[in-house]
Amino acid sequence: MKKLKLLVVLSLVALLATPAFAADTIKIGFNIPMTGDIPEVGEGSKNAAEMYLADINGAGGLEVGGKKYMLEFIYMDNESKADSAVNAALKLIEQEEVVAIIGPNSSKQAVPGGGTANENRVPMISPWSTNPNTTLDRPWVFRAAFLDPFQGPVVADFAAKKFGAKTAAVLFDVANDYSVGLAEVFKSAWEAKGLGPVVAYESNGTKDQDFSAQLTTIIAAKPDFIFVPENYNQVALIIPQARDLGYKGPFMGSDAWGTPDLVKLCGEQCNGQYFSTHYAAAGAKGATKVFIDRYTAKYGAEPADYAALTWDSIGLMVEGIKNAGMVDSNPRKMRQAIRDGLAAIKSFDGVTGSSKFNEQGDPIKCAVIVKISDEGTFVFEESVCP
Amino acid sequence: MDFIIQNVLNALQWGSFYALIALGYTLVYGVLRLINFAHGDIFMVGAYISFFVATFLIGPIVGLSTAVAFAITVPLTMVLTSLVGVTLERIAYRPLRRKGAHRLYVVITALMCGLVLEYSNLALLGASRLKFPELIEKQIWHLGGVTLTNLKVMVIVTAILVFLFLQWVVTRTRVGMAMRAISYDKFAIPLMGIPIDNIIVVTFVLGSGFAGLAGLLFAMSYPVLEPFMGMLIGWKAFIAAVVGGIGDIKGAFVGGFLLGFIEVGVVTVFPSTYRDLFAFTILLLILWMKPSGLFGIPQSTKI
Repeated sequence: MKKLKLLVVLSLVALLATPAFAADTIKIGFNIPMTGDIPEVGEGSKNAAEMYLADINGAGGLEVGGKKYMLEFIYMDNESKADSAVNAALKLIEQEEVVAIIGPNSSKQAVPGGGTANENRVPMISPWSTNPNTTLDRPWVFRAAFLDPFQGPVVADFAAKKFGAKTAAVLFDVANDYSVGLAEVFKSAWEAKGLGPVVAYESNGTKDQDFSAQLTTIIAAKPDFIFVPENYNQVALIIPQARDLGYKGPFMGSDAWGTPDLVKLCGEQCNGQYFSTHYAAAGAKGATKVFIDRYTAKYGAEPADYAALTWDSIGLMVEGIKNAGMVDSNPRKMRQAIRDGLAAIKSFDGVTGSSKFNEQGDPIKCAVIVKISDEGTFVFEESVCP
Repeated sequence: MDFIIQNVLNALQWGSFYALIALGYTLVYGVLRLINFAHGDIFMVGAYISFFVATFLIGPIVGLSTAVAFAITVPLTMVLTSLVGVTLERIAYRPLRRKGAHRLYVVITALMCGLVLEYSNLALLGASRLKFPELIEKQIWHLGGVTLTNLKVMVIVTAILVFLFLQWVVTRTRVGMAMRAISYDKFAIPLMGIPIDNIIVVTFVLGSGFAGLAGLLFAMSYPVLEPFMGMLIGWKAFIAAVVGGIGDIKGAFVGGFLLGFIEVGVVTVFPSTYRDLFAFTILLLILWMKPSGLFGIPQSTKI
């Protein structure tokens, strides 16, 4: 009997102690793809986050309102799926009671995931999503990347200039918000230039492995180049298959190409192609170079754009928490304070360049065009600013 | 015209994979009346086995030329994959059969075995995709406006040869006769002195071996490997086998190509969103008119 009493007392003490303990840490959730179609993206994001976490906690924590708080990062796998991204967000919000979420990365998950965060009034920053719908009319959702309405014309302008192209073809993933949105933006940007039509506008599914029917249609339309705004794993199948079917012209890609895995999976056949992205590791200066060198030393590979953007997203989040100026043990109040803190940020200098924020919570920043060199590395070609 | 011929070739290649996988489904079903839902994942395991065999053979330790490596990879992959199939039969299906479990439980077991294969692969090798090395030097032939690769021709020819071989085994050999006999009456057959377990093992060796071959050819044609690559194609091949008349070798072969042609045909004309909708509506109509499939005979000897 005595033992039981002791147990009850102990558990009561433990219960009472938990909130007091929780107030000393700030819990941030990560909604990232550790498995599924784009596991490389989740891994890069997690690497960058771990590095940032070690920096902050190594220095004794984050100082907010004169007191230091430890950060705690919780990583939740969204399996690169739209529905799992919603579940991961709900789990982070309801079970883990995080005060803010970073991710999802790809628009396919970030558009639905952002909806969940917004409805539950939890501040969220998507590092990599470029589809306008992620943040549109969602006061709780922010992002670190530029938008497709900017990226689409960048690609169109570059292709017209570089290849002297008159006609274009598009192959996109119809089940991926990112791919569909960018394909539409590109199509209207290309047609607005008045050089010539988009001669083929074909789509495929996310799990497809054979693209021969679509590519046969595209090649029969004889485009000057093919724009493929798809994930790297599909690009690695599409380009060799197009070559097998006799296509010899150039390809253009978008920021979803920017993974070292693209070169690994695609091999030599992707060399010499161009894509638009958020930053180029080669030739970086200042803070960007410091970040790249530290990341490379720690993980043995250059950080891809999503890793850099995750780093910047955490930077933005930290800025938002600092702006909040206090830490409340009630997650609801804390979430509100962080949101207001994030909305107060007008400009931010990160490793992916400096950006200004508009009223939708979207950054206005530069894009770069990268060429895949003959050695299979990503080489800076040119920078395009709005 | 070139456009149509090119798409016919595309469909032949894509249909070959359905046909090769459907043949394995039909073989096992024909003998055991068991829908081996793990078959698509055995195909995936075959692709991974061929990856490891091939990279090992052309790697620095052995250092063979790609042509020699290819010649060794084909039989080795088939043998190793059939071992996986036989192991599944031994540890999952046979104990249930011995206990006289209802067929439904065996089918569920097969489904679970498939998931176990997928997720153990995910746990073992991680979610990162693998790039299959180039084993044969790719040649692209231009015939008028039509483009053909040596790999494409190889895939189509292999599918036809495998079909002819299995058809021969089932209809012309003693083992085939025993298979048909088991399908006919599996209680009377042991009384005739036919070793039923051995025949079942042979069935799994054939089915899984050719799934391994399909995995190898698939990995060569679409060289990005992932743990779930066998799931969707396996299900679709199963449907193809049912439409052809499951249990019938000819049916699986025709069903596989039929599905390949419908899929490529739909994508050529309509946006790809409609592909599965149209493909499966057509297959549904076929089953509606002929519920036992194109070549199936209602309730009699299968295979």
